[in-house]
Amino acid sequence: MKNKMINYLGQNGYFGAYGGRFVPEILIPAVDELNQAFQEILRDEDFYKQYYNLLMDFSGRPTPLTYAEGLSAYFGKAKIYIKREDLNHSGAHKINNVLGQGLLMKKLGKTRVIAETGAGQHGVATAIMAAKMGFQATIYMGAEDAERQYANVFWMKQLGAEVIPVTTGTATLKDAINEALRDWAGNFDNTHYALGTACGPRPFPEMVTFFQSVISKEMKKQINEICGKNPDRIYACLGGGSNAMGAFVEFLQEPGVELVAVEAGGKGEASGKHASRIAYAKAKTGVSQGYKTLFLQDDDGQMLDTWSISAGLDYVGVSPILAHLAETKRVRVLAATDAEVIEAFKLIISKEGLIPALESTHAFAGLFREIADTKPEDVIVVNMSGRGDKDIFNIGEALQDQGWKTFVTERGKAYAD
Amino acid sequence: MRIEKQIEAMRKEKKILLMTHQIIGYPDFAANEKVIECFYNNGVDLIELQIPFSDPIADGPVFTKSNQAVLEKGIKVSDCLKFIERMASKYPIPFLVMTYYNILYQYGVEAFIDRCKEIGVQGTIVPDAPLDEARTYYDYSCQQGLAAVSIATPYSDPKRLQEIADIGSGFIYYVPRKGVTGSKTTFGFEILDGIQKAKKETGKTIAVGFGIQGPEDVARLIGTADIAIIGSKIQQVLETEGLSGLDQFLGDIARVNKEE
Repeated sequence: MKNKMINYLGQNGYFGAYGGRFVPEILIPAVDELNQAFQEILRDEDFYKQYYNLLMDFSGRPTPLTYAEGLSAYFGKAKIYIKREDLNHSGAHKINNVLGQGLLMKKLGKTRVIAETGAGQHGVATAIMAAKMGFQATIYMGAEDAERQYANVFWMKQLGAEVIPVTTGTATLKDAINEALRDWAGNFDNTHYALGTACGPRPFPEMVTFFQSVISKEMKKQINEICGKNPDRIYACLGGGSNAMGAFVEFLQEPGVELVAVEAGGKGEASGKHASRIAYAKAKTGVSQGYKTLFLQDDDGQMLDTWSISAGLDYVGVSPILAHLAETKRVRVLAATDAEVIEAFKLIISKEGLIPALESTHAFAGLFREIADTKPEDVIVVNMSGRGDKDIFNIGEALQDQGWKTFVTERGKAYAD
Repeated sequence: MRIEKQIEAMRKEKKILLMTHQIIGYPDFAANEKVIECFYNNGVDLIELQIPFSDPIADGPVFTKSNQAVLEKGIKVSDCLKFIERMASKYPIPFLVMTYYNILYQYGVEAFIDRCKEIGVQGTIVPDAPLDEARTYYDYSCQQGLAAVSIATPYSDPKRLQEIADIGSGFIYYVPRKGVTGSKTTFGFEILDGIQKAKKETGKTIAVGFGIQGPEDVARLIGTADIAIIGSKIQQVLETEGLSGLDQFLGDIARVNKEE
């Protein structure tokens, strides 16, 4: 079954025109070694059992599928269900992938893990995995992101990881990936690069998708138990693409299920300040960071600056698998602006008592825009990839909350004194 | 004349050849030109000019920042190609273009090779174009008589080493250690053995780059490598000692060929 999924996705690391492994020659043995180990675990039922048991014991799986009664009643249209990846240990879906890669590291005999992180969720998840499994961890994070998401930096450090702010390039996620690749090129003997999303050189897109497929495996079972059918639509946010692939993969061969990915529309299409590769049709096929996909780039092929209120979606490329699925029209891609996301956030928190991450709120914003077109008998699932505690600074600022501002100012003053 | 013939002729005169590197536009074109003049005056044998890229994953911190600095000034690929054209017509030295695959990909791989040929470039070096992903690039370059330099490392197994030798042309760029450009390489026996093995197994000209710091390293490579490549160290010498410091640095390296 698992093999069938991978075969459907791609051949030899390619998904249509996208994918590959465009890495410096020094990294070829490292990606080969990893690919070989990944191909082995794909055929190893025991490995999968061990992996899923770890997710149950340590991360809290299966995560619930919550009926969004308040939102469903508010719109009076389709029934909305929420896949609660926010209830994973560490507060996001990132832990699914990282625990899988941790077990793979043990198999490979590696003792040090490196990772890149945007919003910090993958960094925290990696630091947790390293602490639990006894690995040394180094996390690369764009200096700008480290500033925006210091709470996560704090936790990574407490967990014993070394956090390296990256000041090169645009000082965001793509630059953190570059630094991690450079580190890996120098240390692959004992070091594994736990890439956090379904991007990068082969086998990362497939491997991350494989480890995140637990989301849609559970989702399929749960929704069929509750509603007696597959969902009519699934919404997931789309940065690199790991939670979207996780939510979609088990339904790829179910033509009745519409799959919708929502990118970061930032300040809007015309502003040029966004991270929408597909929905705004601004990206071109290119080769960077070890793989071929749709990148936001200029005519020369230089990668462009991206923008989103959400650090986790602020990425210049996109999973080659999703680039292919969008091209073949299996996945429909929208973009939600920062302003739409803030409005959606206010609605979710007030109607459901849930605090979604700004990343996940993009998926809700996409749904809210389209919900008028649905019927009451329709069933929709939104993948809530993470919880919003980490975003308190951005949300407090976006909502212009005076009490929060006063608190931050007073705290700042207290430290300055 | 194809670069292989030029190298063969130059090798008859010297124990080891020297290839130097510049990032085009860093710190500016005028400075690049003075440095290239200094290369020429000191008998440098081949010159590698790097077209900056926003995400240079094979480069260390020194070059990464320089790439970025050039792009922040708004310098375009066309500006770099014009500069290379001018240099190639001014100095009778083989020039090679080093850049990342996306620069070729956006330009059009074949169009880029054609343009390089037109402006007098002898070859290209593209570190993120592994042989199994960028066949068109290697094949078309070969067809056009332009060197597409392939890269080998001590971790390339014999089968892959042979494939690297077969697909590339001009010479093999041998990266003697793990990591990226910039930090020092210690040229111990193990590394020298690896170079020798690569030379013997492929029968090709071997250029060694990454981490060469000065005359002593170049001297160590005599008898094993055909070409020594110096990149980051040159930028460092320029930044700390200026053009006169570079002149002296290259003069010291040139003497390596004269020593008994």
